[in-house]
Amino acid sequence: MSIAVHAVHKAFDGHPVLRDVSFDVPGGELVALLGPSGCGKTTLLRVIAGLEEADAGAVLHDGAPVEGKSARERNVGLVFQHYALFRHMNVAENVAFGLRVRRRPAAAVRARVQELLRLVQLSGLERRFPSQLSGGQRQRVALARALAAEPRVLLLDEPFGALDARVRQELRQWLRRLHDEIHVTTLFVTHDQEEAFEVADRVVLMNRGQVEQVGTPRQVFDEPRSPFVMQFLGAVNVFHGRLEDGRAHFGGIDVPHPAAGELPAPARLYARPHELEVHRDPTAGSFPARVLRVTPAGSAVRLELHAPTVDRPISAEVEARRAEALALAEGLEVWVAPRRLRVFEGEAADSLSSSQL
Amino acid sequence: MTPPAAAAAEAAAALRVAPAARRPRRAAADPAWVRWGLTALALGALGLLVVAPTALVFAEGLARGWGAYRAALLEPEALRAVRLTLLTAAVAVPANTLFGLCAAWCITRFRWRGKTLLVTLIDLPFGVSPVISGMVTVLLFGSHGLLGPWLQAHDLKVVFAVPGIVMATVFVTFPFVARELIPFLETQGTEEEEAAHLLGASGWQIFWRVTLPNVKWSLLYGVVLCNARAMGEFGAVSVVSGHIRGETNTVPLHVEILYNEYAFSASFAVASLLVLLAAVTLAAKQVVAWRSPSRRASRSLP
Repeated sequence: MSIAVHAVHKAFDGHPVLRDVSFDVPGGELVALLGPSGCGKTTLLRVIAGLEEADAGAVLHDGAPVEGKSARERNVGLVFQHYALFRHMNVAENVAFGLRVRRRPAAAVRARVQELLRLVQLSGLERRFPSQLSGGQRQRVALARALAAEPRVLLLDEPFGALDARVRQELRQWLRRLHDEIHVTTLFVTHDQEEAFEVADRVVLMNRGQVEQVGTPRQVFDEPRSPFVMQFLGAVNVFHGRLEDGRAHFGGIDVPHPAAGELPAPARLYARPHELEVHRDPTAGSFPARVLRVTPAGSAVRLELHAPTVDRPISAEVEARRAEALALAEGLEVWVAPRRLRVFEGEAADSLSSSQL
Repeated sequence: MTPPAAAAAEAAAALRVAPAARRPRRAAADPAWVRWGLTALALGALGLLVVAPTALVFAEGLARGWGAYRAALLEPEALRAVRLTLLTAAVAVPANTLFGLCAAWCITRFRWRGKTLLVTLIDLPFGVSPVISGMVTVLLFGSHGLLGPWLQAHDLKVVFAVPGIVMATVFVTFPFVARELIPFLETQGTEEEEAAHLLGASGWQIFWRVTLPNVKWSLLYGVVLCNARAMGEFGAVSVVSGHIRGETNTVPLHVEILYNEYAFSASFAVASLLVLLAAVTLAAKQVVAWRSPSRRASRSLP
């Protein structure tokens, strides 16, 4: 089943949480709602589930508005961040709940519970209570419970948030395989960029209650549509410059920027550490810098650089072999040539501070 | 806690303890005299304040022998007092259980104006002396009271009659169930109910299958306390009852009357009924607690 969110607004006590949010989730896809904490993604998930009502706009399931439908008709499976398992019921009773309230025959319920517990690899733990399970097991019980009544859409709120790093890694891959197996339309909320990219077909990036960009992980990473997306998805260098005569200028160099007008305007230019080339001699479009620190990181070497023409430290990443060839060392004078720059007009500060770079 | 986290916490604790290793003992291993002293103090206080008076009640009740004890209990006036007490509790406890559930539900599950006012009002019976509660009933329903003339015109008797006793008891035991449930429901949050709702449960199914099983221990505890107070209430009932023997006497009032008439052993014999009643309620609570599956589950946790 497909989900469509159309111009949804939501405010709590006059404070807007969702502002004109629109996007589509085609049937059978696995989509991540990605954004920093407090950006409204959990509220959006609750609106889609029908737990909150939007102040304006609509949520459509398969093209039909969900408003006014009962929870049973909507048939949405939701896995809460802290699982919300029924603590007085054992695993089998938890999973069976959605079937029992629908008054399905007992034999069918039993068979379905067994099938689901096999699917989430918890066979044999039917009689355990939630308090006797590990975090990862609880999470899978919650998933089995949400899937029991064959929901038309599955929603997960920070599904791996409360787990430790190793379990989290395993469950991510497991969730991806599970989705490939059962193909239910799935939307999950996360603040972890790596998690979203590893698991999801597509990513909806949110910031301050608005959708910043929707696309495949590749698209949003390579063609970020806003400075926020650029900064949120991994380390990045920000250069302050200006636009003039169809070019963007900064740090003593300039690059073509056809969108720039005749008159000078402030601009910010972004380059990821691996998009900066480091040379011993000046090349076209390079600026001088001094190496402050050299940190080996596996197959690459991270550099911290200071350029007299740029106001803040620059980080660059070069291949280990190239670093060796250049004989990089602290205090060395080098030339930095950005291989790729993304230019955004204006210099308004955004929500991310430089410490997150 | 997950095993790695537990291990880390242990390691951290070990590190913290290390510099203080020169101290002869750990904080957990107090000297023997402290442990024994504290235990003796606790047991002594318990014996002096609880066990001794309870034993004394039975001893005094049986002072004139088993026959006199039985006679004091089977006397018609005593039996009527027991019946009235049971009737009062049978009305007050279900009424306040229902009220407590509703009040706790709407206080913890919804946001609305006047919520704090309701919480304060629920606490009111705890705040005022039971005697005042009784006097309010008299002022409202007595023959010179606010509603007195109207009641008289319709030939209804409240004060110095059973309805007054029941009303005063309901008022005094008003907060017990609600007060137990509100903090519990507040810490529990609404997620399980939301989950049940999304899984297709109706409001009624959510209440019976999720909310009630979750609150049942707090609810039961509140009911036990409410019941104990309803049966043992003296002050408020004393004011409204009028002490009409065999008609408006509850067990505690009957005990007082016997005592004032120097019928000590009969008085203590009837009082021992109230003690037994308390013992039975506590035992019942224990038995139900032991039989509950979730209790077993939490006990078998590592």
